[in-house]
Amino acid sequence: MADNRRRGGGHHGGGMAPVEKAKDFKGSIKNLVKYIGRFKAAVVVVMICAAASTVFSVIGPKILGKATTELASGLFKKIEGTGTVNMDAIANILLIVVAIYLVSAVFMFIQGWLMTGVSQKICYRMRREISEKINRMPLKYFESRTYGEVLSRVTNDVDTLGMGLNQSITQIITSICSIIGILIMMLSISPIMTLIAVVILPVSAFLLSMVVKISQKHFRDQQKYLGEINGVVEESFGGHLIIKAYNKEDEVLEEFEKTNKILYNSAWKSQFLSGMMMPITMFVGNLGYAAVALSGGLLAIQGVITIGDIQAFIQYVKNFTQPIQQMSQVINQVQSMAAAAERVFEFLDEEEENQKVDNPVDVTTIKGDVEFEHVRFGYNEDKIIIKDFSAKVKQGQRIAIVGPTGAGKTTMVKLLMRFYDVNDGSIKLDGHDLRDFNRRELRDAFGMVLQDTWLFNGTIMENIRYGRLDATDEEVIAAAKAAHAHRFIRTLPDGYNMMLNEDASNVSQGQKQLLTIARAILADNPILILDEATSSVDTRTESRIQRAMNNLMKGRTSFIIAHRLSTIKDADLILVMRDGDIVEQGTHSELLEKDGFYAELYNSQFDE
Amino acid sequence: MGKIFKNLIPYWKSVLIIILLLVIQAWCDLALPQYTSDIIDTGIQNSGIEHILPEKIPLDKFRTALNFMTEEEQKDFIDAYNYKSADSDKIVERKELSDEKLKELDDELIIPIIMNYQMSSLPVSTLNKMLKGQNIPEGILNTLEKKTVEKEDEDGNKTKVECVDASPLMAIMIAGSPDSEKTLQNMREQMQKQIDALGTDTLMSSGKAYAKEMDLLAGVDVDEIQTNYLWAAGLRMIVIALILTVAAVLVGFFAARVGAGVGMSLRSKVFKNVIGFSNAEIDKFSTASLITRSTNDIQQIQFVTVMMLRMVLYAPIIGIGGVVKVAGTGASMWWVIAVAVGAIMATVLTLMLIVMPKFKLMQKLVDRVNLVSREILTGVPVIRAFGREKREEERFDEANVALTKTTLFTNRVMTFLMPIMTVFMNFVSVLIVWVASGQINDGNMQVGEMTAFITYTMQIIISFLMLTMMSIFLPRAAVAAGRIDEVVNTKSSVTDRENAEELKAKDGVVEFKNVAFRYPGAEENVISDISFTARPSQTTAIIGSTGSGKSTLVNLIPRLYDVTEGSIEIEGKDIRDITMKSLRDMIGYVPQKGILFSGTIATNLRFGNKNASDSDIEKAAEIAQATEFIDNKTDRYDSEIAQGGSNVSGGQKQRLSIARAIAKHPKIYIFDDSFSALDMKTDKQLRKALSESVADSVVIIVAQRISTIIDAEQIIVLDEGKIAGMGTHSELLKTCPEYLEIAKSQLSEKELGLGEGVESNG
Repeated sequence: MADNRRRGGGHHGGGMAPVEKAKDFKGSIKNLVKYIGRFKAAVVVVMICAAASTVFSVIGPKILGKATTELASGLFKKIEGTGTVNMDAIANILLIVVAIYLVSAVFMFIQGWLMTGVSQKICYRMRREISEKINRMPLKYFESRTYGEVLSRVTNDVDTLGMGLNQSITQIITSICSIIGILIMMLSISPIMTLIAVVILPVSAFLLSMVVKISQKHFRDQQKYLGEINGVVEESFGGHLIIKAYNKEDEVLEEFEKTNKILYNSAWKSQFLSGMMMPITMFVGNLGYAAVALSGGLLAIQGVITIGDIQAFIQYVKNFTQPIQQMSQVINQVQSMAAAAERVFEFLDEEEENQKVDNPVDVTTIKGDVEFEHVRFGYNEDKIIIKDFSAKVKQGQRIAIVGPTGAGKTTMVKLLMRFYDVNDGSIKLDGHDLRDFNRRELRDAFGMVLQDTWLFNGTIMENIRYGRLDATDEEVIAAAKAAHAHRFIRTLPDGYNMMLNEDASNVSQGQKQLLTIARAILADNPILILDEATSSVDTRTESRIQRAMNNLMKGRTSFIIAHRLSTIKDADLILVMRDGDIVEQGTHSELLEKDGFYAELYNSQFDE
Repeated sequence: MGKIFKNLIPYWKSVLIIILLLVIQAWCDLALPQYTSDIIDTGIQNSGIEHILPEKIPLDKFRTALNFMTEEEQKDFIDAYNYKSADSDKIVERKELSDEKLKELDDELIIPIIMNYQMSSLPVSTLNKMLKGQNIPEGILNTLEKKTVEKEDEDGNKTKVECVDASPLMAIMIAGSPDSEKTLQNMREQMQKQIDALGTDTLMSSGKAYAKEMDLLAGVDVDEIQTNYLWAAGLRMIVIALILTVAAVLVGFFAARVGAGVGMSLRSKVFKNVIGFSNAEIDKFSTASLITRSTNDIQQIQFVTVMMLRMVLYAPIIGIGGVVKVAGTGASMWWVIAVAVGAIMATVLTLMLIVMPKFKLMQKLVDRVNLVSREILTGVPVIRAFGREKREEERFDEANVALTKTTLFTNRVMTFLMPIMTVFMNFVSVLIVWVASGQINDGNMQVGEMTAFITYTMQIIISFLMLTMMSIFLPRAAVAAGRIDEVVNTKSSVTDRENAEELKAKDGVVEFKNVAFRYPGAEENVISDISFTARPSQTTAIIGSTGSGKSTLVNLIPRLYDVTEGSIEIEGKDIRDITMKSLRDMIGYVPQKGILFSGTIATNLRFGNKNASDSDIEKAAEIAQATEFIDNKTDRYDSEIAQGGSNVSGGQKQRLSIARAIAKHPKIYIFDDSFSALDMKTDKQLRKALSESVADSVVIIVAQRISTIIDAEQIIVLDEGKIAGMGTHSELLKTCPEYLEIAKSQLSEKELGLGEGVESNG
């Protein structure tokens, strides 16, 4: 959301929005050109078509003019009695003109058709590569930034790029072609008048840059206050309950009106100033026209130039400003395109996890013995949080990890699943170092139920089957029964075929939890990880889920993370964590005897 | 659409000014081509000479000119000059005449002047042809003045033509003819035909060329006339352009202000109304939707309003102007305009009809790509744990392919638009030239009219094109306007009754009397048959599983919703008969989710009690167990709280919102499951400190943990919206099976004090 606000809103600015610039413009463009490389042939054809289309559309009016000439001369002949208007000749000319316009349009069309294809294919590829890239990146990357950031690369940046590609290449070509063509024609008529015509350009550029400068300030103000007012709105609507309960309506309203008033002022100013661009360019264009006509007339008096030349020249002056205006727009577009490309390529170049090792250990025969040997780990090299941890876990044992919120309980899980690698020491699975497994295969050994009940927009059946894609409907239902989810699923509309909506908010949190357990049961992995799997459901529901989980844990090595200590008392090993470190380990009774941190935690619940 | 216009009513004055300015703008826009062509046509082609009557004219030429005039014309011609006084210096000078008078004379005298001019330099070949068959002696030709004239056709090619000044000959012929009147008449009629065919513009040029020649002969500085004219015409054009610019800028100014004003007042209206909503209305729209409506939707309306004032209004004005101008040319080619406009609109609309549904689909597919990417990003751990990377890639690819296909389709359809539009516009010019050529050839139309016709037709077409383009995004704005209207027209369902009283609470005793509540539109009551009394100096706890209606029940007390049946009374008074302000003033409400506002810790703690002293808020923080983390911050109570409290943890937020309620010193405390985000230890300490400091208040606690409420004087067990049991912990363990089940799920039997000696299998 924040990310959208940062870059959004520019669409309405009429090119007024301060353009985001790439850090390394040349590099990004180079990368982009390389990326487009595979469509080289198409792009070349596009360029040729764009140029051809421009040339033809410039010729058109000149030939149409011949028809008028023919008409006029025919009339003179008629008057003088020497002939008549040659309608056949006019018809021929007009047919040629029609043909020229058609050819120009066909070229324009081919060019557009091809370029749309190229840019869409590039967008497709990029999105695809980003989505594949996500799966190869270390988890660390996603934990250090919001997913909105990554999301905006998949959508906003790729879109900006696509739109930019679609328009800028052809526009640059057509504009340059017209500018060069017109300039040549003008120079061939009169270098002096060309100079006069061209002198107008910096004047125009100066005036416009002034407007842009002033209006950008207001535009930024507008964006700022718009952000501010959106913030007030979000906060007030989100905290509506509290505002009501504390009788703060009037105060909040007053605050809002203040910001609203400021926003109004910057909004109309930025709108007004950006709206001045068009009239000003038009005026400067007219000024240039008058200057050229005037100087042309004066030159004609001195006999430097003929009247016919002036007329032709003025036609070109009229057509001169348009491609230049286009160019300035395209430059902005190219800039934001470069910035977007930079972000996309930056992402695609991020460090990846190596997925495979030579001679990987076979994962299919894993029993579930886990051994921690002097494990040392920190998310940052210089901030070690697990200093020296050793423990042996036998197949089928239950290991609980407890500790207050924020103690780093999930770190152990992340190490086990190789979302992170240990800095020192090793974790062994059936006697093999985790790093000797192929990453993806290793993870097949683990089943997982997380606090965050991640489900996707699909049917309940599909969501459970996610645990094992080749499971039959019967197997899915059996898993649901084992997870005590069958009954509630049957009461839902459409039962197993009910679609979960986008936030899976059409089933309750407890029900979601049951679905994730069913999913893990279906996956049937030798080792199970339950990470605060029941923290957000009430205790009655929890005890129901607990029964399901007991089914699940039977015969498997399991790691349970919990903050409700009552649920883990019968674990074979309890690891107590505090501030990222394992401070105590042992069984429930051992730890109580020790009368340390665990005992304190445990007793605080019942302390009278 | 109507809704968008409705917003403009308060700004009718500005809108009127805008329309006026747009008319000026349109007038300038339509006039400008005339002024620009004046520079070329008169200033450069005719050397700046505007009229066919020369400023000065040599006497002999003056007399020759009279040859081809009727008596009346002769009189007017002579009247225009100081003829008599000119005898001495042989140069006749034009009187000072008004521009209008000169124009009148242009129209009146064009025929004889041109006849005279043509005769004065007649190509020899033409003369010979004219004289063929006439009885004119050969010799006479040699007496005529000969000259070589360079003629230029419109392509700029020059040819040399040998010409003679045939006017003396003509004079003799006319005079010598027995029927001089008739001869002249014949010649004039022929001339008139020529004018009808070529149009006055071309002939005017010849007339002006005559004037220039005479002026030159009489020694007038023609270059100076031209220079002066060019400067004047240039200035005129720039003035018109300036007026145009100023009008456009002013339109922009007023439009921007009206747009921003519409935005401001809508924003204010929506915000005010939403703040007044009860929870029922908030639930109906959802907070997210209300936020979009008061931000994006209003932005869109603001933008469209400006566009509408600047462009949509302009299109019909310039369209009408163009039509008037076209009518002024007198050309009868209306059908061309109709066909052009019809064809273009039909094309645009057809393309839109094809593309629009796909556009909507595209939006859905973009959402789909977003959704799948978001799912992949939020599910990275799960996806990896299950090794489902490939499957996710495929799922994304599916969405990606669908989006690419549809985008490709719409974009490709749209690539038709530009070439087709250009072709149409160009074809219209070609068509006009073709049709006009025929009409000109038949003498029904003039060349100048044709050029003007093309210019104005283009203007009309562009104005229609603009309207069509606007019609694409107006519907979207109309949807936004409708969404805003919906919010503005929704009234809060919880309001003060007319005779509501202020209540100064003494003890704050709360009594529920057969209360039932049903969400609007729901089929069943969430809670029903709720009766209990919460007394001061006591804690009333409410427990039950998720969805049993605990939060709903306490939300009824500060009237976040109104009961559907029964009543809630405070000190014996129905809360609906108390003003909401005084009701809420006596309640300290702590919601399930800690909600903070941007500001500092101190401003948040003073939220309910502006005048709380520093020691007051520090005390409140201490009770809420918030002192430790506050003291750890460098700015302590002045530490910034970001929007929505995003820079403090959930537990800290919860503690601050508890402290906020305490700092208010209310009569009634409501804790809606406020302790669950705290760990057991903090929970316990907090409750201990709380019970000491709020001794004489009514405390109502919603909880999930038995340990939180174990000491409460009164525990109400809710099950599916009904009271399943009421009493103390130990009473309920015996009497209420639902309570026992909850208790068992949380505490061991030993801890519950049941079944002595039975150890759990630890």
